[in-house]
Amino acid sequence: MSVSLTYAYYPGCSSTGTSIEYDMSSRAICAALDITLTDVPNWSCCGSTPAHTVDHTLSSALSARNLCQVASMGLTAAVTPCPSCLSNLKTAQHRMKNDSFREKVSKLLDKPADITVETKSVLQILVEDYGIEKIKAKVTKPLTGLIVAAYYGCIMNRPAEIMNFDDREHPMAMDNIMTALGATVVPFPLKVECCGASFGIPRKDVVMRLSGKLLDTAKEMGAMALVTACPLCQMNLDMRQEQINSANGSKHHMPIFYFTQLMGLAFGLSEKELGIDKLCVNPRSVINALGMEGDSKEKSQ
Amino acid sequence: MPVLKGKELRIVGFLCNWCSYGGADTAGVGRFNQPTDLRIIRVPCSGRIDPLFIMKTLLNGADGVLVSGCHPRDCHYAEGNFYARRRLEVLHRFLPILGIEPGRFEYTWVSASEGQRWQQVVTRFTEQIHKLGPAPKIAGPAASETLRQMEAAL
Amino acid sequence: MKIGVFVCHCGSNIEGTVDTAAVAAAAREFPGVAFATDTMYTCSEPGQEEIVNAIKEHQLDGVVVASCTPRMHEQTFRRTVERAGLNRYLFEMANIREHVSWIGKDREANTNKATELVRMAASKLLHNRPLLSKQFDINKRVLIIGGGVAGIQAALDCAEGGLEVILVEKTTTIGGKMAKLDKTFPTVDCSCCILGPRMVDVAQHPNITLYAYSEIEEVSGYVGNFEVKVKKKATYVDWDKCTGCGICMTKCPSKKATDFFNEGIGKTTAINIPFPQAIPKKAKIDANFCMKLQKGKCGICAKVCPSGCIDFTQQDEFVTEKVGAIVAATGFDLFDWTVYGEYGGGRYPDVITSLQYERMLSASGPTGGHIKRPSDGKEPKNVVFIQCVGSRDKSVGRPYCTGFCCMYTAKQAILTKDHLPEAQTYVFYMDIRATGKNYDEFTRRAMEEYNAKYIRGRVSMIYPKGDSLLVRGADTLMGTQVEVDADLVVLAVGADSSAGAAGLAEKLRISYDSYGFYMEGHPKLKPVETNTAGVYLAGCCQGPKDIPSSVAQGSAAASKVLGLFSKDKLASDPQVSVVDIKRCIGCGKCIKTCPFGAIKEIDFRGMKKAEVIETVCQGCGICTSTCPQGAAQLQHFTDNQILSEVNALCQF
Repeated sequence: MSVSLTYAYYPGCSSTGTSIEYDMSSRAICAALDITLTDVPNWSCCGSTPAHTVDHTLSSALSARNLCQVASMGLTAAVTPCPSCLSNLKTAQHRMKNDSFREKVSKLLDKPADITVETKSVLQILVEDYGIEKIKAKVTKPLTGLIVAAYYGCIMNRPAEIMNFDDREHPMAMDNIMTALGATVVPFPLKVECCGASFGIPRKDVVMRLSGKLLDTAKEMGAMALVTACPLCQMNLDMRQEQINSANGSKHHMPIFYFTQLMGLAFGLSEKELGIDKLCVNPRSVINALGMEGDSKEKSQ
Repeated sequence: MPVLKGKELRIVGFLCNWCSYGGADTAGVGRFNQPTDLRIIRVPCSGRIDPLFIMKTLLNGADGVLVSGCHPRDCHYAEGNFYARRRLEVLHRFLPILGIEPGRFEYTWVSASEGQRWQQVVTRFTEQIHKLGPAPKIAGPAASETLRQMEAAL
Repeated sequence: MKIGVFVCHCGSNIEGTVDTAAVAAAAREFPGVAFATDTMYTCSEPGQEEIVNAIKEHQLDGVVVASCTPRMHEQTFRRTVERAGLNRYLFEMANIREHVSWIGKDREANTNKATELVRMAASKLLHNRPLLSKQFDINKRVLIIGGGVAGIQAALDCAEGGLEVILVEKTTTIGGKMAKLDKTFPTVDCSCCILGPRMVDVAQHPNITLYAYSEIEEVSGYVGNFEVKVKKKATYVDWDKCTGCGICMTKCPSKKATDFFNEGIGKTTAINIPFPQAIPKKAKIDANFCMKLQKGKCGICAKVCPSGCIDFTQQDEFVTEKVGAIVAATGFDLFDWTVYGEYGGGRYPDVITSLQYERMLSASGPTGGHIKRPSDGKEPKNVVFIQCVGSRDKSVGRPYCTGFCCMYTAKQAILTKDHLPEAQTYVFYMDIRATGKNYDEFTRRAMEEYNAKYIRGRVSMIYPKGDSLLVRGADTLMGTQVEVDADLVVLAVGADSSAGAAGLAEKLRISYDSYGFYMEGHPKLKPVETNTAGVYLAGCCQGPKDIPSSVAQGSAAASKVLGLFSKDKLASDPQVSVVDIKRCIGCGKCIKTCPFGAIKEIDFRGMKKAEVIETVCQGCGICTSTCPQGAAQLQHFTDNQILSEVNALCQF
């Protein structure tokens, strides 16, 4: 049973900017696991939050276009690291189950909308298609001693009937991966709470409060670092951590990793190809504690 | 008796007294609107329904026949609906051989509490029969003779 | 035949969408119809008089009433025609209310349909024959299934009425859910003090035979003559010898058995008596935890038992009881609330059910009546109650209101303050449903005198924060989000039908709804009867209800049984199958298919023939549709009668 896994890879816009390290590390670990990712040619933005708040049909057309691109590659499954992109893809697919809605979308696309492609997140293919046991077998540098809290964000598995992945209130996918890597995972009660998401722009106070609570609780549970699977969550917690500290009077210094980065470290990949140096909160002390000194040249700023 | 011209088709229902007839009552008590085509014949148990009743009804000019009983395992007479299921399933498969569209006959299970389900069943079945249109009638000069022979065969 | 047709207006219920006068006019043209009229309320006294008079005046020998469903008034009108001297089976009903006027507003279509239904009824009536009942003996014993408060009430009332009662209880003690309660609302009197004496009465009543730790295996027969097979499950203790001294419990080394009576708060011994007032007070071994039964080693209980009643080889035992009536009083179970992931799904020890809290409040409970957090045994300061967990919640498939949670939550808030005067209680509610006598006053007392803070809104999530729990919810009256630091969270979990309710219903041949609650004969007029003659309902098995209602229903079921047994013989339903001996070829197919064994083979002048045992036949008609010769005919539903209805409708 050594059928190699091949997926159309839809990086999403964040991957070209704020979350480039998520993209780098996702590609790196998939390569290490012999999972083939082929970029969707000429992909476009999923429309993110603004599109579906303005028009459902137009928003779905954006996703439908990308799905058509996937179908034209001759592949049946698309994968994206970003839960927000995935949510848009899946919502569009869900809405297009309605024939009259699909017709409207097809009209916008000037061609029949595709309804065959299966969409998944990188996290989902790792636990569902690849398997925890096989991941465990690839670990060369176990993350023994690392205590993390796994944070999924609110849309990775909700609404349950659309996302159809893991438990909607108590997901365990990342927890299980982290355990397989040798890390200790603390029970994190806020694993599906909202970080404040795009309120970071219009109402920063909301993010300060919500993300602040996540950091407070993670620390209280004894976590050394948070692991995320969402570019926006990561950005709010990582890039805004100083702002949160000054708004709430807290003194957090908690590295916020993408789960793919920690997988890469455990597989013995270099920090450079995992984009460790792109993180805002310096993870050096945490990584050093693992006995992975890293290359002095690779030390983050 | 003529059907209401242009509006209705002739649909006959055979319902068991304990579950489905009660379910149809529950639908009425709940004022769940339904098409008016269906005429219900009450029988004690779906197991009382002789497949020949259905054949006779269809031959006599009904456009559709709906049978409904208690859910399997919930029969008032313990096992009547199991007999019904076997007989009616055979009949259902036999209809095309007789030149009758199988969509004109259906059997289903509705309990006495399922008024809403009954509404759905009736509405959907009536729509289905309207889609099929009026059943072809045996006509022509030899019609009555043909019918007599067919009845004798039954 | 001279048929009279009476088309009922039912006030405006039918007349509103059916032209009843036109239906009557059309009916006059039908074959056999000699008289037809429309009447305001056919079922009223003047309406019935009109029928009686018309029968006499026009020498009618058959009557069709077009009105409501025959399930409602067939019996009423049968009695009416009987009063006028006709046989009660020379009567037919056309259902033009439930099946016509109530399901559509098109007056033309409705009138046409009503006319056709009358035509069907009239043409069936032409084939009706007078039928006469037979009398049969009944067994005046009653089986009551379930020993909760409803079953106890029914058992005692029947026993007091002089009937022999068989009471079957699934667990080792009667008392049901009520025995687990600490206090009852709205009087706050001690639950066990009210119920205890009634339980003792059951044990001591000479007319009551109690099978505890037993279940119904099989039910056969019919009203007046049921035969019931009861499975007495193995307890590994000879109950004839057990005195309930409890020495075995003090010595049993396996102390980690699940404590079902205390709802899993704390553990118990493998051999145990669930609580001090248990009836019968007998020990039972939980085989899953017994070292002797699991590993073959130990047997301490057998060594210490002064009466030598331990029997590790005991097997399930079956007894057969013959009864004339059955009362189902199987109660309810709590909804499995762990589907609520947002409340922790069972991961947080300090989120408990109301019934667990009840055991904690009880002086005979596992904590001796002290409120302690299961996690660390500390007394809670803030106790949060969440109502409607598994009630009025479509998302978990339980859209119905359990009905009593509002009240017990108020009671528990009051008791919390009694136990812990320093504690603060919060209640998250959707609406307060306190519709019983003194109920609303009671919930007000909880708020006003006991300072329970009622917050109108749902809880969106519970999560641990430090060593307490953070409860986050909405306050829909204030339009804000609220967060409460809770030391203990009590979920007012709704009632589900009892585990195994559906299976028992199938054995009893009664109907149940999609949630597993048993269906009453009529939602208004037959609240304790079922569609199966001789089977009655009491308590929560029919739908969630509080103690007074359960007791009332228990008594009501008992009075129905006593009423049934007030006659020495019952009249059999003459709508039974009859075999035409001339047509019967003795193939025996009917004998094989009859679910009731109501057909026997006889020898008729050296030929094999089938014969129906009238009092056993239940009138399903399976034999009629099985018989290749048309020899077996179900009376009142003969082939000719059914086909005449078909012919009335479908004619070329």
